[in-house]
Amino acid sequence: MLKLVTKNIGIENSHTLAVAKANGGYSRVEKALALAPEAIVEDVIKSNLRGLGGAGFPAGRKWSFLPKDSPKPRYLVVNGDEGEPGTVKDKYIMIYDPHLLIEGIIITCFAIRSHKAFIYIRGEYDLPIARVEGAIAEAKAAGILGDRVLGHDFALDIVVHRGAGAYICGEETSLLESLEGKRGWPRLKPPFPAVEGYQRCPTVVNNIETLSYVPFVIEMGGQAFADLGSERNGGLRIYSVSGRVNKPGVYELPMGTPLRQIIYEHAGGISGGRQLKAVIPGGSSAPILTAAEIDVPMDFDSLAKIGSMLGSAGIVVFDESVSIPAALLVLARFYAHESCGQCTPCREGTAWMTKIIQRILDGDGRMGDADNLIRIAKNVLGNTICPLGDAAALPVISWVTKFRPEFEEWIKRGRPVGQAPIPVTHIGERTAVAV
Amino acid sequence: MPKVTIDDRTIDVPAGTTVIQAAEKLGIYIPRYCYHPGLSIAGSCRMCLVEIEKAPKLQIACYTFVTEGMVVRTTTEKVIVARQAILEFLLANHPLDCPVCDQAGECKLQEFYMQFGQYDSTLLENKLKKHKAMPIGPHIMLDSERCILCSRCVRFVDEVSKTHELGIFNRGDHSELLPVKGVTVDNPYSGCLADVCPVGALTDRDFRFKVRVWYLDKTESVCHGCSRGCNIEIHANRRRSHHNDGKLVARLKPRFNGEVNGHWMCDAGRYSYKRFESEDRLLQPLVRLTGKGQEKADWTLALSQVDEQVTHQVGRTGVAAAAVIATPDLSNEELYAVRCLFKQGMKIEKIAHRCPADPNGVEDNLLRKSDTFANAYGAGLIIGAPHTADPTVETILEAAGAGKLKTLFIVGDGLLSRYSAEALREKLKNVETLIAIQTHGSVLTELAAVALPMATFAETDGTICNFEGRVQHFDQAIPPVGQSRPLLEMLVDLANRWELKAAPRLPESCFTELAGSVEYFSGLTYSKLGDAGVNPSRRSAATATA
Ligand SMILES: Cc1cc2nc3c(=O)[nH]c(=O)nc-3n(C[C@H](O)[C@H](O)[C@H](O)COP(=O)(O)O)c2cc1C
Ligand code: SF4
Ligand code: SF4
Ligand code: SF4
Ligand code: FES
Repeated sequence: MLKLVTKNIGIENSHTLAVAKANGGYSRVEKALALAPEAIVEDVIKSNLRGLGGAGFPAGRKWSFLPKDSPKPRYLVVNGDEGEPGTVKDKYIMIYDPHLLIEGIIITCFAIRSHKAFIYIRGEYDLPIARVEGAIAEAKAAGILGDRVLGHDFALDIVVHRGAGAYICGEETSLLESLEGKRGWPRLKPPFPAVEGYQRCPTVVNNIETLSYVPFVIEMGGQAFADLGSERNGGLRIYSVSGRVNKPGVYELPMGTPLRQIIYEHAGGISGGRQLKAVIPGGSSAPILTAAEIDVPMDFDSLAKIGSMLGSAGIVVFDESVSIPAALLVLARFYAHESCGQCTPCREGTAWMTKIIQRILDGDGRMGDADNLIRIAKNVLGNTICPLGDAAALPVISWVTKFRPEFEEWIKRGRPVGQAPIPVTHIGERTAVAV
Repeated sequence: MPKVTIDDRTIDVPAGTTVIQAAEKLGIYIPRYCYHPGLSIAGSCRMCLVEIEKAPKLQIACYTFVTEGMVVRTTTEKVIVARQAILEFLLANHPLDCPVCDQAGECKLQEFYMQFGQYDSTLLENKLKKHKAMPIGPHIMLDSERCILCSRCVRFVDEVSKTHELGIFNRGDHSELLPVKGVTVDNPYSGCLADVCPVGALTDRDFRFKVRVWYLDKTESVCHGCSRGCNIEIHANRRRSHHNDGKLVARLKPRFNGEVNGHWMCDAGRYSYKRFESEDRLLQPLVRLTGKGQEKADWTLALSQVDEQVTHQVGRTGVAAAAVIATPDLSNEELYAVRCLFKQGMKIEKIAHRCPADPNGVEDNLLRKSDTFANAYGAGLIIGAPHTADPTVETILEAAGAGKLKTLFIVGDGLLSRYSAEALREKLKNVETLIAIQTHGSVLTELAAVALPMATFAETDGTICNFEGRVQHFDQAIPPVGQSRPLLEMLVDLANRWELKAAPRLPESCFTELAGSVEYFSGLTYSKLGDAGVNPSRRSAATATA
């Protein structure tokens, strides 16, 4: 099985410069720096490399949006905030192959004519931060970074910035605010970061994984990379599989690999011999799929077609024992907690939906609650400043719609007079719920 | 100029105009909370969502710039539902304590619910508790449960006062507007926070609970606190005499004038209304009869005393030993009437208006001017005509101190901010006939042979010229307090006694006469001044360059 960004995982000391170099590290820099920057951008466009942070925007096209004639400096900002529930891919790259990331950053900065990159890393990620900082220090000492990158007439500095524990700071404009030392509130768009990003200068924001594929695009050429994936979705990507599977973990597979295959072949099928009930295919923000909907190629366009999204490719698998309302409460709480509070629908809607779900689980549900949840979610949807509002609304709409009988069952069951609310001790096992 | 169609009506607007502004030009009001024309755009309340042809989602009118051919709809089903939704969200954690909220009657939650809400509540959940009735500065009270987190106040302290005392802390529905830890919201413009807050979260500590806003009558006026001349409204409580501690004027509010004060006013100006009905107002004339102390008098006695004592004194010591101080807190009309009576009628040469600088005057980059006289510009034009010797107040007071002046009229309260009571007592001790025409009791009225109570600018109408020469009109808001009378009226009465020609009794006629007499005002009338005033110095600059 072909592996690219995960190929060095498992090699001892893969995070060190010596081991990275012995395994091909920085070999693509020479090739890239001999090209014209525009030629690199062209090749990345041809590669169909998509943004792997969540939105799936074609990477090369994003780079081509930088204004050609701006006198301002340009920046590359690398998004390592990795906060999407169910997503644990960027941290493996940072821990096991930080030099691959640096190589991708060098090539990208050269392509977009930037001399400064920031890596914004999730605050809780102690080891990834230590590894990336260690790798940058090594690269600087070795002349890979600095005034003359590997002896070429190209200067590049990389700065690591540690987040402070807010999911919203993964949203690119919020991240830029945070990077500038301000409160992480998403900006109004336009202007987009490509025009006015970090310090109001032209900025490209890309995900860790996106940039880590760039050396391979250079190595094999855009067309060959594109051919590895599906239509308009080039190359491979890392799928993080968690939940009720026998072999949870990260799997690097081609774009467009069928979801069924990922769950049953790579992740070893459903654990405990139980039946599959539902799957979140692309991180918690992605609308849920039922067991009947898993014959779908895992790429951005195919999932969009069936009303979900590939997002960060965080696959969360629910078996038949999982209570959907209880699991939705966990998600709803997460979004209510992480809403930055700037705009009205998301600030109030996320909290309100959480309270309703909690009330249903407490045995105080009303028959209109399911409809009201959907109504509230639809009032959030599309009406907010940033996509977090949608990310909170979409699961509510899809979960309540697809698993409505489960919600109504909770509502009908109610709470016997004089009895304390039913404690939801664990989202999964219905057996853990005192019924 | 892009052409935009809003609700089937089309308008050309300059590039860079937002949909909310273009709609306003068409008279279409799009509801808004976070948008404030004097602040940067936050785009966060989402109340202004509208439908735009070809856009897949609703767009916020406050941050959507018109483009050629744009078609906007503000009354579609989608927009109606969205507005209801936003109101429903804003009220989800709102305490709904309108009956005990001082914003009631001028609250945008109440207003928009009635206009755009009117849905049935589905809310069953408990609401969050936040801070209530928290004094955050000398003038402002915060109730953060009522706050809708529109961030107007934060932008105000960041962008306008530039004092940065406020922030929104915490996240999600726990977000809370609070002062920065350990910081008091005490800046020279803090009262504006109660104005920008669209709801009852920030209220004015001075005003709250004094009178319900729907009992207030609003009069357009101009602040007399300094030479900026901020446009204001005087809010008076004429209908509920038992409210507002029995007083009439309840508060001052800034009135928009893009050329003068924008949307703002300073706290010193805002709370200066207290002078109108303060304890020390001179409510009745005072006279000093020969051989007796000072006593209260009615107007007939007081005016006959002025007549007698001045006629006697001037007859004895001559007009050269008489002088007038007219301080530049007087209106143009009042100054003109002073000129007519004293200079043209009585032929008094020494008429002074130029005072030393106010030792307490402050100037900043926003509004406040160090010249705390409202009308120094007008006084220069009207009293300080170039062909006179034009004595200053200082030279007059010196002459008085040296015993060279026997008759002195002091019209206006201006000396009191420039001289200490002791200094005035010393300088005025040799003046034999001191006539003080004053709004407030002071050392001047105490020393006066006759003290006449004069109406303040809230109690009469007139015009003043601000530091740039803009002529601005203010209306009478309340009747003169006590027995005080407008200066114009008493000067007419005096002129009649002396059989001299007086300026007209009515300010408007007086202004017309002034316009015919002083070139600067020529062609102007009250109706031409309008709400925003006119700056003839710019007019002449424009004709000079043309
Ligand atoms: C609420 C929210 C959280 C996000 N969190 C992340 C994140 O943790 N990491 C990430 O790479 N992108 C995240 N994104 C997506 C970024 O906004 C942005 O699209 C991405 O970093 C661009 O990089 P890419 O094009 O390489 O994917 C988030 C978006 C939203 C709306
Ligand atoms: S959608 Fe939510 S997270 Fe995004 S800006 Fe609005 S409140 Fe903040
Ligand atoms: S206190 Fe008032 S102005 Fe400030 S954010 Fe809250 S509602 Fe807006
Ligand atoms: S700046 Fe001057 S004119 Fe304006 S409110 Fe203050 S005192 Fe009044
Ligand atoms: S007024 Fe437009 S978003 Fe608040």
